[in-house]
Amino acid sequence: MIELEGLTKRFGTKTAVDRLSFTVRPGMVTGFLGPNGAGKSTTMRMMLDLDAPTSGTVRIDGRHYRELDEPLKYIGALLDAKALHGGRTAYHNLLCLAQSNRIPERRVGEVLDLVGLSAVARKKSKNFSMGMGQRLGIAAALLGDPRILMFDEPVNGLDPEGIHWIRNLMKHLATEGRTIFVSSHLMSEMALTADHLVVIGQGKLLADMSMADFIQRNSRSYVRLRTPQRELTRDVLASAGLTAVDAGDGALEIDGESTERIGELLAEHRVVLHELSAQRASLEEAFMQMTAGAVEYHAHDGAGPQWGADVKGA
Amino acid sequence: MTTTPYTSPIPVRRAHLGDAIASEWTKMRSLRSTLWTLGVMVVLVLGLGVLLAYAIGEASASPDAYEGGSVLTLGLLGMLLATVCVITLGVLTITSEFGTGMIRTTLTACPSRGRVLTAKAIVFFALVFVTTTLVSAFTAAAQCAVLGTTGGASAGQWIRVTVGVGLFMAFLGLLSLAVGALLRHSAGSITTMIGLVLLPYVLAIGLYTRELNDLRTALVEYSIPALLGTLYTGGPVGGMPMPSGWQPLWIIMGVTAVALAGAYTALDRRDA
Ligand SMILES: Nc1ncnc2c1ncn2[C@@H]1O[C@H](COP(=O)(O)OP(=O)(O)O)[C@@H](O)[C@H]1O
Ligand SMILES: [Mg+2]
Repeated sequence: MIELEGLTKRFGTKTAVDRLSFTVRPGMVTGFLGPNGAGKSTTMRMMLDLDAPTSGTVRIDGRHYRELDEPLKYIGALLDAKALHGGRTAYHNLLCLAQSNRIPERRVGEVLDLVGLSAVARKKSKNFSMGMGQRLGIAAALLGDPRILMFDEPVNGLDPEGIHWIRNLMKHLATEGRTIFVSSHLMSEMALTADHLVVIGQGKLLADMSMADFIQRNSRSYVRLRTPQRELTRDVLASAGLTAVDAGDGALEIDGESTERIGELLAEHRVVLHELSAQRASLEEAFMQMTAGAVEYHAHDGAGPQWGADVKGA
Repeated sequence: MTTTPYTSPIPVRRAHLGDAIASEWTKMRSLRSTLWTLGVMVVLVLGLGVLLAYAIGEASASPDAYEGGSVLTLGLLGMLLATVCVITLGVLTITSEFGTGMIRTTLTACPSRGRVLTAKAIVFFALVFVTTTLVSAFTAAAQCAVLGTTGGASAGQWIRVTVGVGLFMAFLGLLSLAVGALLRHSAGSITTMIGLVLLPYVLAIGLYTRELNDLRTALVEYSIPALLGTLYTGGPVGGMPMPSGWQPLWIIMGVTAVALAGAYTALDRRDA
């Protein structure tokens, strides 16, 4: 279990992490979601006592990181940047870590096996591909067989097979009762792996809830319809206690009712329909809306050519 | 989803300095740059030392020329060039960790900055001390063999050019390691250290007026090459209050201690 309390980090005048408080619980995958620059890596570095917080605390199973006897046996971490020496072989990179925490040498072979790098154990790690480097980093994290694992954007730059492998590994590690804390800037990635979700934007906590709750709260389902008889439709729906909202492209959107019920209701009043469909806003949209006020760099809306308009006009 | 937290079969004990030393030794021996820098140093000292002995042996036939142990000073030239190797290795021992990002992994494994630096310092110091002492002894013995005389060198002189020089070089390397920990940048730290070695000579040439004679002499006498030379020669015979005997060692120890104290503080205070 990791507990953060009022964790804050300022770099000069910039507040990278702003009074973050949340708890990472065992036996599940906790996703740490936020746009680029939200402060995820900085938070994780503070959890590992690499960066000193400006204020606030992090406790790992109730203790400060520096009080852990042999930290690799409590917590294993894969950081966002390469954090091993490329001039050493995979084997020696892991061996020196094992020795510093009195982890038996055979464990080095075991974790190399586990991540599928046994064949290149004696090769210098600077010649490794992105995916192999990532696997070596994960082997280092697993070295002490820790009960807490932390991965900073583990799927970045990986091929689909590698991504699949990491997802399954994280789920498997969680089912063993370990605490898994994984960051990403992609909602879709989190939706596939995380049981619990912590969302931050500009260093501030935006959401801390189970994935199921997040989906329920944030993925709005609604009915979309198009009709030449807009006024009549509005009146009919209003008499049934429903509100039709203009979608902007001439269609109407109705929350809180099924397509069946709305179709029947409008048929009774002989309304002509050109479209009637059930819609679901994506989680990605929900995430973007949540962090809209909190992204560092906005793309300039409308600065480029308006493709939609061009097609319509032609 | 399970509710029982995972427990590893690997027992947890309290790690200590010994574990950190084992780890640093693995790091040291598993990098090819260690082998290269020390290899070049051995070749330089031994090769130049033996060559020089042959050249001098050819020039003067009389063995009496080396009375008073002056035969032992023939090791100085190689050792002066070897300082570059020791400086490089000392700097790289720490800056390569910052350059590659390895320092973050090292510190998550051993969060005590003091223990990491101490372990690095001990491993590095021991390695340089043993290598330099052995290569010095071997070179001096080879030179005596080539010239066919030990020149009546005293036991004290022998110890100074082997153990004394070994300690001096190890402290010089440790000073480089401390500078590396402060600057965190390989090229910057090596340049700083080479500058420290050469600067007194540059200044001495630049300050060429009669009024500054004393300052100029002091700059040169207290420079790193001159201090190293003093260990070989025993120091100036004149009445000037310049370092002699074992004094060069106390001087470099003092400077290194100050730099190392700075390195401990910096490593503890700054983000990795
Ligand atoms: N060492 C540093 N010095 C100055 N600013 C930093 C440093 N590290 C991170 N930042 C800034 O803090 C913010 C958060 O960065 P980061 O934690 O890397 O975000 P994320 O991992 O979520 O993309 C960014 O604006 C970044 O520029
Ligand atoms: Mg990041």
